[in-house]
Amino acid sequence: MSRLEIPTPSRSQLVIEELYRNLERRIEASPPGLCPVDVTRAFLELCHAQTCGKCAPCRIGLLQLKHLITDVLNGEATLDTLDLMQRTARSIMETADCAIGYEAANMVYKSLIGCRDDYEQHIRAGRCNCTYHQPVPCVALCPAHVDIPGYIALVGAGRYEDAIRLIRKDNPFPTTCGFICENPCEARCRRNMVDDAINIRGLKRVAADYAGKVPPPACAPSTGKRVAVVGGGPSGLSAAYYLQLMGHQVTVFEVLPELGGMLRYGIPNYRLPKERLDDDINAILQTGVEVKCGVRIGEDISAQQLRADYDAVLIAIGASTDKKLDMEHEGAKGVMSAVQFLQLVGKNEAPDLTGQEVAVVGGGNVSMDAVRTAVRLGAKKVSIVYRRRVADMTALPAEIEGAVSEGVELKTLQAPLRIELDEEGAVKGLWTTPQMISKIKDGRASVVPSGEQEQFVPCTTLIVAIGQSIETEHFENAGVPVERGKIMAEKFGGFANVPGVFAGGDCATGPATVIRAVAAAKVLAANIDEYLGYNHKITCDVEVPDPRLSDYSPCGRVEMREREAGERIHDFEGVEACMTEKEACQEAGRCLRCDHFGFGLFKGGREKVW
Amino acid sequence: MVTLTIDRQTVCVPEGTTILDAAAQIDIHIPKLCYLKDINEIAACRVCAVEIEGYERLITSCNNVVQEGMVLYTNSPKVRAHRRNTVQLILSQHDCRCATCTRSGNCSLQTIANDLNIYQVPFGERYEKQPWDKTFPLIRDSAKCIKCMRCVQVCDKIQSLNVWDMEGTGSRSTVNVSKGRTINEADCSLCGQCITHCPVGALYERDDTEKVWQAIDDPKKVVVAQVAPAVRTAWGEAFGLSPEEATIEKMMDALKRIGVDYVFDTTFSADLTIMEEANEFLERYKSGATRSRPMFTSCCPGWVRFIKSQYPHLVNQLSTAKSPQQMFGAVMKSYFAQSIGVKPDDIFTVSVMPCVAKKGESNMELFYGEYAGKDIDAVLTTREFTRMMRSAHIVPSTLKPRACDRLMQAGSGAGVIFGATGGVMEAALRTAHFLVTGKNPEPDAFCVVRAKDEKTGVTEAVFSMGGAQVRAAVVSGLGNTRALIDRMERGEVQYDFVEVMACPGGCVGGGGQPIHDGEERAFARGKTLYRLDSEAELRFSHENPDIQALYETYMEAPLSHKAHQLLHTDHHAWEMPKKQR
Repeated sequence: MSRLEIPTPSRSQLVIEELYRNLERRIEASPPGLCPVDVTRAFLELCHAQTCGKCAPCRIGLLQLKHLITDVLNGEATLDTLDLMQRTARSIMETADCAIGYEAANMVYKSLIGCRDDYEQHIRAGRCNCTYHQPVPCVALCPAHVDIPGYIALVGAGRYEDAIRLIRKDNPFPTTCGFICENPCEARCRRNMVDDAINIRGLKRVAADYAGKVPPPACAPSTGKRVAVVGGGPSGLSAAYYLQLMGHQVTVFEVLPELGGMLRYGIPNYRLPKERLDDDINAILQTGVEVKCGVRIGEDISAQQLRADYDAVLIAIGASTDKKLDMEHEGAKGVMSAVQFLQLVGKNEAPDLTGQEVAVVGGGNVSMDAVRTAVRLGAKKVSIVYRRRVADMTALPAEIEGAVSEGVELKTLQAPLRIELDEEGAVKGLWTTPQMISKIKDGRASVVPSGEQEQFVPCTTLIVAIGQSIETEHFENAGVPVERGKIMAEKFGGFANVPGVFAGGDCATGPATVIRAVAAAKVLAANIDEYLGYNHKITCDVEVPDPRLSDYSPCGRVEMREREAGERIHDFEGVEACMTEKEACQEAGRCLRCDHFGFGLFKGGREKVW
Repeated sequence: MVTLTIDRQTVCVPEGTTILDAAAQIDIHIPKLCYLKDINEIAACRVCAVEIEGYERLITSCNNVVQEGMVLYTNSPKVRAHRRNTVQLILSQHDCRCATCTRSGNCSLQTIANDLNIYQVPFGERYEKQPWDKTFPLIRDSAKCIKCMRCVQVCDKIQSLNVWDMEGTGSRSTVNVSKGRTINEADCSLCGQCITHCPVGALYERDDTEKVWQAIDDPKKVVVAQVAPAVRTAWGEAFGLSPEEATIEKMMDALKRIGVDYVFDTTFSADLTIMEEANEFLERYKSGATRSRPMFTSCCPGWVRFIKSQYPHLVNQLSTAKSPQQMFGAVMKSYFAQSIGVKPDDIFTVSVMPCVAKKGESNMELFYGEYAGKDIDAVLTTREFTRMMRSAHIVPSTLKPRACDRLMQAGSGAGVIFGATGGVMEAALRTAHFLVTGKNPEPDAFCVVRAKDEKTGVTEAVFSMGGAQVRAAVVSGLGNTRALIDRMERGEVQYDFVEVMACPGGCVGGGGQPIHDGEERAFARGKTLYRLDSEAELRFSHENPDIQALYETYMEAPLSHKAHQLLHTDHHAWEMPKKQR
């Protein structure tokens, strides 16, 4: 007999471990819109299965909560039941011996407080009022509700042009989104239940790359109505596109020399090559949109004048100014905002950073764009200064990874303190206060000073990338309601007291994503059309292929390759390489076709018109 | 063409054919439960799943199309095992007390379970119990619902009313009245199409047979029955009789043997309806009232419920004439009661209808000089009538033809075709033509409004009558109706006179007719009515001698004060739940 043994996991332990991983993926792919009460019950079942059985509140309390929540679901509860549940949950939270108990009760408690209406509905009506409205997860989670299974099937069939046509029904920026969409659609992809989400953005990129130039559909007969769109960014151009298709004549007013907004002057070329952006813009302009670039509303023409000259006005000016650190010397030589910096690059007026040390403050995507651009402009050393940890950065993980692989330093847990200038008044460096991570507040880890010594980050260029704001002043003076720096449009995109004027995109929501700008544009176009007295429908006559037969056996997700870091830092050419057709075909074949299988075939699987 | 192998037989079918249809071509009938062609192709029940060589997972044959070289097995050991398991799962949530189910013997689930030799279910049985108002004409038994979704789809796609929906998510998802409403709160037309498309006994009409039996047993009550035109085309289906065998005259015999005192044919009051409605139409037409918006027929209570809930602003366009059922009830309790010397209160009026909405329609309380109460005391569907026949153990082959009772004995071919889409329009135009020109038209002069085939939803025609142009449209099915009214409201089409029937094909396809899963019999049944019309001696309502006598001795003239009192109605007198957004 040996005194000790090296433990090896049993077969059943290994199986259960695997089931846990399956379950994790399954929860990740949970369909949107489930009944919160039923989901809480299901979670509670799992939590109770984890109890060790020692302490009474966890062993018995969770069981009783399970009975009570089942009563609610069975329509056998009263409002008193909810009080009892709440008291019991609270009691378990405050008395259970370990986290298995108190955290389980906390989940129930949060659900009871946050979803009270759902519980009460079950009690009052004995029925649930949750239904699947959009059962296709990717379509439900895409802000613009693009027909994703539809275009994936078209890509799989090699019908790239049709794929572009189908995407344009809901999104006139298929190429742009193929490059830079943040793809919220992939988050709950049902394929996660099998292996991994479909590479949806990658497949859109395939459609854009292989389709060639696809002309837009014909416009409806002219209505004779004229619409002014202020701002030539993604929301303004998308709205212009749909309004033009509806038969209205749109004029886009843009302050900068060229169209595209942040897509041209914010997103660096290596992420979205300008000539590819032009593919989308040219198709939009082919519908007959008129463009006036270099016009500033409030200087060259007033909002009031626009309202007088046009049947409707859409404000889509984006969020194109920057937030300040509110620190002394922020206006000094060598200090600039990320918006300014990237705009200079976009205008081909990039500063030469050869041999310089550059520091960028902020941990978002714009910050990543700034550092990676600085690398390409020849900087000797580029650092990100961020007050929290890498995990807390809001930038996409792939962007952070890209920056790191291009040699960017991450100085985390450093809060900017003061800017130090040299004798000539130019920036010399940034002093920071070291931080330590602390309590989680509102779901986000906060930081407190660690008490260590202040640090100095030497730099000759300091770029501030801590957010953008909106130039609302002229419109506010013209009577458009503005609150907390945003244009306060109603849900329909207009204003109660300013008929005929609409606003949307970043200027109404704060800085967001391209696809959210497009989503807003759809709402605006439809409501402007209705305001003008019409009910035009946007549709697409592309037939989606039937699903192919498949056993859907697990298969890896195709990822796009990137150019080698050492090579790509020397130019502004695109970083990401498109999938091959063979890869695209396999990846498209992984799509589970939720438009056809499951609830989608019954209701809501495909919205052919909006 | 695509060539494939099904159960070792080679078959060649056009591209796009479903596996189910391809198999049927070589007489392989794959069992199915939820599938309803063009309406419900959602592969919910999984009973029709088959095996494809080379694939592990089974695929459903109802909504997958054939592919070149496919090798399929519809009855392999794997398919059989899975199919049995699936049906057992469905049975575990289905109240299987078939002995007390209206659909016993005509239930697709029962048939499949029997065919698969399922004599026990290895799972615990748990039925869903949702509350339901059992006094409502339409009843849903949640314990029997197998969630095939046909009711949802029929109501959405055919009738455009969306009364049913999926409710709840996950483990609790079920079917219920949509938008959290109870059936009483819903804008249900009571067309009953959900009943006739339910594969099991989850949906059925309120059973009123007991009420009729009690009236028959009551020595004080004189039970007076009427039978709607469409019933004669279908009642024999329940006994395996052909339409030629199962005549209205034999039905009259059956009713007498059941114990009804006086038996009549609603064809009579259809003629009466024509007299009132044709005159009303001409009055409206001549006044110019139909120039912008038409007069709508009012004989279909499903349609009346529909217009009241969906287009309340158009209710005044309805003819004020009561439906033939209600007119007959009024005549039975006044003119007829007087003639046999019985107090109206002692008359118990029964109607046999192809319809569920008639149960709702008859519910209206009325107050006349002649009597107070209801025109009709009990409405039986065709199905309830056949059940009464069975419970009276009447052997159909022993039935003898028997004429209707006197005073309201005659009925014209024009009245007979009321049961088919276009029939009311055609009958009205025959009489309107006579009223305008003083001459009868050719009886079939207006036959273009008849359905051309099973798919006909709308017919339209312009007729000239003594120089005047009458723009007529006929529509059946409420989805078709909504589309037509929306076109009218947008000004795309204009009519003077529009006939609407809620059920596709008209009353012959009514929600109270015998059920044949997967079959639409309305068109064939309609043909029976047109045959009877062509064989009839009387082809014009205004020539019906008993109608003429009724006016001469009692009602004075069409649209007289008396006629208005007894034969017309106020469509605003009752409330209908409005459409919810």
